Amino acid sequence: MKSLEELKALREQMQSKMNVRKDDNETIRVVVGMATCGIAAGARPVLNAFMEEVNKRGLKNVQVTQTGCIGVCRLEPIVEVFVPGQEKVTYVKMNAEKVPAIVAQHIVNKQVVTDYTIGAAE
Amino acid sequence: MKELSLNILDIAKNSVTAGATLVEITVTETPARLTITVSDNGCGMTPEFVARVTDPFTTTRTTRKVGLGIPLLQMEAQMAGGDLSIESEVGKGTTTSAWFDPGHIDMPPLGDLNSSILTLIQGSPDIDFLFTHSIGERSYTLDTREIREIMGDISLAEPEILAWLGDYISENESSITNPT
Repeated sequence: MKSLEELKALREQMQSKMNVRKDDNETIRVVVGMATCGIAAGARPVLNAFMEEVNKRGLKNVQVTQTGCIGVCRLEPIVEVFVPGQEKVTYVKMNAEKVPAIVAQHIVNKQVVTDYTIGAAE
Repeated sequence: MKELSLNILDIAKNSVTAGATLVEITVTETPARLTITVSDNGCGMTPEFVARVTDPFTTTRTTRKVGLGIPLLQMEAQMAGGDLSIESEVGKGTTTSAWFDPGHIDMPPLGDLNSSILTLIQGSPDIDFLFTHSIGERSYTLDTREIREIMGDISLAEPEILAWLGDYISENESSITNPT
C-alpha cells in the first residue's frame, strides 16, 4: 500500500530536477475545453492522453491546462495549441486517438495537423 | 454524461469557479442508496438563485444563457429513483447532493473516479480537495492538504505527483471494492 512517506522521497527527487524546466516565453500551451459541454463530449480522456504523451516524450516545454467553454459546443472536445510566435491552432471533435499525432507533428515538429483543425471541420 | 464520475468533475468545477479554497467530494455507497456530495467554501448563492439553479436557463455565464451541469445531474438522479438538493449561503459556500437507487434499472455507472479526481487536481493545483469514497463499512480519504504539506512549493499538477496520486487512489479503490 502506498504511504505518504513515499512522497517525501519523491519530493527530494523532484527538487533536484525542478530547474530543468524552460522559461515561459518558450512554453507551448495545450488548452483543453473542460466545461459541461467538453466533459460530456469526452474531454477528460483527451486531457489525460495529452498529459501521458507529453510525459512519455519528456517534453519539459509543454504545459497542458484546462479552460471553460471555448464557445462551439457542437465541435467539442476542443483543444487549442499555442506555439510561441505562431497563430493559435484550434483542434475540434478530439479524441484520445488523435492526440499522439498532434503531439508528434505539431508540438514536436511544428507541422499543424490540418485534418483535425476547426478549418477542416467547418 | 456517460458516467457519474464525469458529473462529479463537472459539478466540482462550479466550486472552483465559486472561488473555493477547499472542495469536499464524498461518494457514499450502501445497498439502498448511492450519494454524491460536493461541498465547498466558495462564494455561495442567494436563496433566489438557488431556487432557479436547476433550471437549464440559469447560469452565471455571460456568453450564453444556458447552464446544463446541475440540470443534467438532477435529471440523472431522478431517472434512477433519487433527486438532487442544494444548500447554499452567500459568503459561506455551497453543498450539492445527488442520490440514486443503485438497484434502479436506469442507475448510471459511477465510472472512473480516479480520473476525475486527478483532472480536478491538475486543473486547479492551488485548491485543496478532500475526497472520501465509502462502500458500506469500508472507506478511504485523499486530502490534498496532507500532500501539499509534504510537497511544499512543488505544484500538485507536476506529472510525477499526479502519477503517484493516481496509484494511491487506484490502490485504495481496489481495497474498498475487492476487500481480501
